[in-house]
Amino acid sequence: MKKNYKQIPIGGMITKAGNSEEYKTGDWKSFKPERDEKKCTNCLICVNYCPENCIKVKNGKLNHFDLDYCKGCGICATECPFKAIVMELDTECEL
Amino acid sequence: MNFKELAMASNKLASGHRSCAGCGFPSIVRTVMKATKKQIIVSCATGCLEVTTTIYPYTSWLTPFIHNAFENASATISGVEAAYKALKKKGKLRKDVKFLAIGGDGGTYDIGLQSLSGALERGQNFVYLCYDNEAYMNTGVQRSSATPRGANTTTTPAGKASFGKLEWKKELMQIAIAHGINYAAQASPHNLIDLYNKAEKAFNTKGPSILVVLSPCPLGWKSNTNMSVQIAKLAAETNFWPLYEYENGKYVLNYEPAKRKPIIEFFKTQGRFKHLLKNKKLLEEIQGKVDEKWSKLKKLCEEK
Ligand code: SF4
Ligand code: SF4
Repeated sequence: MKKNYKQIPIGGMITKAGNSEEYKTGDWKSFKPERDEKKCTNCLICVNYCPENCIKVKNGKLNHFDLDYCKGCGICATECPFKAIVMELDTECEL
Repeated sequence: MNFKELAMASNKLASGHRSCAGCGFPSIVRTVMKATKKQIIVSCATGCLEVTTTIYPYTSWLTPFIHNAFENASATISGVEAAYKALKKKGKLRKDVKFLAIGGDGGTYDIGLQSLSGALERGQNFVYLCYDNEAYMNTGVQRSSATPRGANTTTTPAGKASFGKLEWKKELMQIAIAHGINYAAQASPHNLIDLYNKAEKAFNTKGPSILVVLSPCPLGWKSNTNMSVQIAKLAAETNFWPLYEYENGKYVLNYEPAKRKPIIEFFKTQGRFKHLLKNKKLLEEIQGKVDEKWSKLKKLCEEK
């Protein structure tokens, strides 16, 4: 993020709460979660344990993993009581 | 509260923070902040949480947030709370606000202990949350007074001359309770519903309250990132980290393992205890201490 001095707020203040979302931590991972939708019961247990808050919910159901933030820790796969998540090598990650 | 509702409650800690993969505190902090619908003001001691959520020019906080210094999260929140009271009295503010001070074990057991003690003694109306990862992780895993005996850290290295940290872990819950506060609870991130319920009680307590929560740290504990929640669970199942609360003078045990697992089960999951696995004498000694502390706690919980 490059800004010239006129674009920086007075005092270098951060003007948007939660703007860390502009910083993508997804490229830290080497494994990514894959969900088997047939096994998933949408209990949303994984959502609560994900440290990155990147398991997204829509209408009370698990919608998708936001891989822009997923660090590939594997906690979701370990905690899913129905073994619906497996960690797979993220072949798209830059090496 | 159940997992579905908890997952859908409004979140106040954004993605894009830079704690290590598998870190224990993000889900702890989120769960605690979900436990009140009121506006929260957070003051945070220096530490992993502060460092990883406020790397300039970013912030992960979706609620007013103040970082001051390592030693004064409680003093800072005391000032904010006093100002709030004054403004409310003058009729300049109507909103109900909750106050939350957060520190790691370094910022709580060690460096912030006197300001925490002061705020507890003054009866300041706030919740203190200590996420306890049992050493100074942010600066490279130095021992703190929360590091358990036998753990390998960079300032208590295990090797030929030593088995790691010599001293026992400090008893933060007992120190806090001794101030005569109304609510104190020990919790763990494997049981987020229990943590939520305790945070809710803490926010509803008049005067100060404290939550002490074990926070697994893959970096400092030398554990697998996917195991953080399971390790926290083992901590409870071995009675290393009992889940209990202290409410208006009464102790309540929230969880009792059907059969307590031996402490080695907990140690096996972490590289910081690797050198202990064959040290029978020390293992026995630590097991003895865990069992002794547990039976003391049980007695306290049986008192009417
Ligand atoms: S924990 Fe498993 S079953 Fe529950 S919502 Fe997540 S993937 Fe689905
Ligand atoms: S692997 Fe870790 S960061 Fe990625 S979705 Fe699962 S719990 Fe979240």
